Amino acid sequence: MFPFNFEWAWDMSHMVFMGGLWYALSIIGAGMTWCIAKTVIDTMKDDESHH
Amino acid sequence: MDSALIPKGVQRCPFWQFALFIGIAGLIALWGVYAMFLCWFKALNQTNMNDYYGFALWIWADLAVIALGGGAFFSGFLKYVVGKDELKNIINYAVLIGFICYSSALLILAIDIGQPLRGWFIFWHANVHSMLTEVAFCLSCYFAVLTIEYIPLVLENRQIDKIPFFHNLSHNMHEIMGIFAATGAFLSFFHQGSLGGVAGVLYGRPFAYREGLFIWPWTFFLFTWSAAAYGPCFTLTLTKLIEKITGKKLVKDNVIDLLAKISGWMILTYMVAKLIDTWYWGAVLAPRAGFNFADFYSNNAFYGQWIVFLELFLGGIVPAIILTNKGMRQNSTLLTLAIVLGCIGVCTNRWAMVCQVMAVPVLPFEQWQLYIPSWQEVATTILPVAYGAILIGISYRYLPVFPQERELNPIDGYTPIESENTHSESGKLQPAIA
Repeated sequence: MFPFNFEWAWDMSHMVFMGGLWYALSIIGAGMTWCIAKTVIDTMKDDESHH
Repeated sequence: MDSALIPKGVQRCPFWQFALFIGIAGLIALWGVYAMFLCWFKALNQTNMNDYYGFALWIWADLAVIALGGGAFFSGFLKYVVGKDELKNIINYAVLIGFICYSSALLILAIDIGQPLRGWFIFWHANVHSMLTEVAFCLSCYFAVLTIEYIPLVLENRQIDKIPFFHNLSHNMHEIMGIFAATGAFLSFFHQGSLGGVAGVLYGRPFAYREGLFIWPWTFFLFTWSAAAYGPCFTLTLTKLIEKITGKKLVKDNVIDLLAKISGWMILTYMVAKLIDTWYWGAVLAPRAGFNFADFYSNNAFYGQWIVFLELFLGGIVPAIILTNKGMRQNSTLLTLAIVLGCIGVCTNRWAMVCQVMAVPVLPFEQWQLYIPSWQEVATTILPVAYGAILIGISYRYLPVFPQERELNPIDGYTPIESENTHSESGKLQPAIA
């Protein structure tokens, strides 16, 4: 659920529940993005060093 | 036949033997899948659930596997946050067990909701006043974390590791695994707790209702505590089982001893809290609602005081005494007895908090409601067991699940060479482990 959904209300329950979910998803998403981005860079560097 | 996929320096059974094992487990899984499709296509009339039993065998199985899978989050917490580095030798297996337990829990929920195509409603149309919403959020997120923790192990397969991208990805994921482990511990704390909270807030059911702290009934904290305490027992039980099946020592005794000791102290402290909770409930809360302690355990064919004895004494006090006592803990038979009793204890607790809650009569004109699951419910509950056996079998055969296996089971004439390098838990390159 996002704030633009019709069910959304700016109350504590929505902010805590949905905020907690987005917070956790953000950490997981940011962590995986960092891993994949760094892997792409590392792999490209490895390729260059082999040429 | 598949020797190119098997980690170097370890021995595995012949392929036909492995295929036979997977085939038998696969047949059992197919039986469960058939029952699952019956439930989806013909609806929940395939079960023996009714107006009394909205929660039944499935939800018990769900709570039980989530508690037993707690070994993953607690081991991860101990290894990455507390810094118990010895546990790196069992963490892969704990993660694998956790992955199986949580994927099984999600599978069971997908069957239980009847219309899995609408499963996403809980995220999009969330009821923010429901503890079960919190459970769904945390369970899904934690399953994502467990998948992330399991992926590096898959990438360490001998053939996959040869591909530079996957080799680097595995290395980079190891580097920040502490962040994922801490996130997993945070998520687990809340969903384990909320599962207990669901029972504790049922003020119309004196068997389950508890007072608590702010919005959280005491069952919230007891469930989290018990999952952290008993989860490692399940990890150790399955370690003992796989060692028995393979006829090999896979984890060193000091690692087993450390996890057993921590589990023992967690169980002991949990039992103190649980006994106080039980006493207060039986002596104060239940009488206040018009019940005696004995009312919950009499006048029916199944629920007697043996349940309390099994859960609190055999499944709680006995394992706590054995696991906190060094001499007893280091006796292999007593250790096995303690960890198995621990698993039975936590499963009994979850059964009482799911099914006995439903069975106890609440109103004066009600009778005890006993319930026998249908074969479809039984088959779909056995399905995760078969699936777990298959995944453990495949992972053990092709992945370096146990880092100490090669050291504990040396093969004559085998010497590790530099090109077999793979990653250690710390992310640094180490000689191939497994």
